[in-house]
Amino acid sequence: MTDGIDAAFADGPAFVPYLAAGDPTYEASLEYVESLDRGGADVIELGLPFSEPIAEGPTIQEAVIRALEAGMTPERFFEFVEELDVEAPLVCMTYYNLIFQYGQAEGPRPFVERAAEVGLEGFVVPDLPAEEAGPLREACDEFGLDLIFIVAPTTRGERLERMMERVSGYVYVQARLGTTGAREDVSDQTGDSLERLASWDVPKAVGFGIKTGEHAESIVAAGADGIIVGSALVDIVADGYENGDPTAETAARLEEKARELSIGARRGAGENVPEPEQP
Amino acid sequence: MPALEELEDAYQRYVLENEDGFMDEFRRRLEAFGGRPTPLQRADRLSDRYGRDVYLKREDLVHGGAHKLNNALGQVLLAKYMGKERIIAETGAGQHGTATAMAAAHLDMPCEIYMGRTDVNRQRPNVFRMRINGAEVNPVDAGRGTLKEAISETMRDWSRTVEHTHYVIGSVVGPHPFPAMVRDFQAVISEEARAQCLEQTGSLPDSVIACAGGGSNTMGSFHTFVPDQHVSLYAVEAGGSSLEVDEEAGVAPNSATLATGDEGVLHGARTTLLQDSHGQIMESHSVSAGLDYAGVGPELAHLVDEGRVTPVTVDDESALEAFHRLSTEEGIIPALETAHAFGYLHEAALVDDADEVLGETVVVTVSGRGDKDLETVIEETAARGLDAAPDMSVFEGGLR
Repeated sequence: MTDGIDAAFADGPAFVPYLAAGDPTYEASLEYVESLDRGGADVIELGLPFSEPIAEGPTIQEAVIRALEAGMTPERFFEFVEELDVEAPLVCMTYYNLIFQYGQAEGPRPFVERAAEVGLEGFVVPDLPAEEAGPLREACDEFGLDLIFIVAPTTRGERLERMMERVSGYVYVQARLGTTGAREDVSDQTGDSLERLASWDVPKAVGFGIKTGEHAESIVAAGADGIIVGSALVDIVADGYENGDPTAETAARLEEKARELSIGARRGAGENVPEPEQP
Repeated sequence: MPALEELEDAYQRYVLENEDGFMDEFRRRLEAFGGRPTPLQRADRLSDRYGRDVYLKREDLVHGGAHKLNNALGQVLLAKYMGKERIIAETGAGQHGTATAMAAAHLDMPCEIYMGRTDVNRQRPNVFRMRINGAEVNPVDAGRGTLKEAISETMRDWSRTVEHTHYVIGSVVGPHPFPAMVRDFQAVISEEARAQCLEQTGSLPDSVIACAGGGSNTMGSFHTFVPDQHVSLYAVEAGGSSLEVDEEAGVAPNSATLATGDEGVLHGARTTLLQDSHGQIMESHSVSAGLDYAGVGPELAHLVDEGRVTPVTVDDESALEAFHRLSTEEGIIPALETAHAFGYLHEAALVDDADEVLGETVVVTVSGRGDKDLETVIEETAARGLDAAPDMSVFEGGLR
């Protein structure tokens, strides 16, 4: 466990937003991520774009393409992280081939070392099965970083046991089967998943499909320790990009949405927080 | 991916242990529906041309015209044994898609196929065949719209629908147990070829040549021969228009993963990939849609690493010349994928140490029929002005 991520979950439900680093440009993306921090992010998941994002829905796929076309690379990602002026701990979400290739013949260790140098605190690697995560887990332990796994509604048995052994920071509870993308409903699968993980000693953050403060509130009320939101935020970036809006305007919208989600999560935990602002 | 444990269990019980007589039913249907065993045919004119015995393993004579039915039938049948209700698959050239659609129709399962937009456009006859067999075809627009994007999109569907859907993966790629399962279903190719060669010649072949895209035909053609150390195994990849890689554009104008790729992780498998220095996956190219994939099966990559399989490349022009040669000399119009294998046979037979490279008896797998590629061949042949090609001027101002 890193101190930053521990603290993020210690005082109540954590709001964990996701954006792809470098989307739609390096400079604009810095402002967007910082606006999430101002909006109340407790942890921020930063996507390091990979050319084959198989765990992502169309919204984030488009963000990945925009970021890659704007020149994002692993080394620029590290520079990006160093340049960010945020309080929330940062988690890198990416695919294993980028981690593996960075180290050439040395496996994941060089990537993890560099990540620790620039201040990242953990990883989410959706295409790395828990069974194969030993080398990455070792490197994370060496440099004091967390390794977060995604638990699907159908994950069970030996794989689930392996994840429990190797997870740290928090566990990403997938609210429903499939890829990322905002949806209206809150699935029954969420409650079942949280119940199955009740004995785990890391916080449970629920993702996939959350887009409003009310969603956030109901997810936390169902027992989640935090919420993870990506597509609803990336949609705001995409709208700003397609409309040619000024960066500051899109950043303001992101900050507002972040605040709505963060407050919703805290209301779900029964905290006495301000009533949501009327639209 | 969550369904892999269930699938691994099913693979162990039904495929490896023949529970409920699964493998018996599979072989029975391969025979009755698939038309197996396929012939191992001596190619008399090619044998004369190259001064050694050339045998053709005629997978083009499997029902559907390609080796793909071997795997598709096995996996759709397995899905039924597992109680699944729906079949999905990716396809490159359409061979796996048509085979899966046929198998699903044969076994009464709803079927949905993901195909890159580029491939939909260049493989129209196969799209028609899939639809006629009752399958839905979903074009995938991401990237260059070829096989790797179709695989990614199918994986996304499967991750949403895994409880009642089986993903029939078309090649020896992806996470375990897919590569092992596809290899085992395709292994019938080399099982038959080995027995047939012994029966017809009294000995094993000196070499086996097969084209390689993702590697299903390759692993099927090689698997049973792997323990036979004196049988050389040549995996022929698409050299495309050049083996050079345009790093900045993220484009490799070939699909020669084994020859030019590096170790990496893609679609749940650790294997050899066409990738840039950061690990981003390259866009691949081949005149042959079925060989146009930026990765390769992990077991094939491993066999190359340990020296048991030799990777070789054939460029677009050599493949087209080989296409015409087999058509005019043996009366077999091969798939362009298959033509790459014959392109290598031609090149290898002309070198000084041909006897050492090929030996006296060569088996070449004809992985599929070429009628699906005719428009591409006519177009590409005309563009190159190939001497070997027949005169197509009858079309000028005529039928088209």
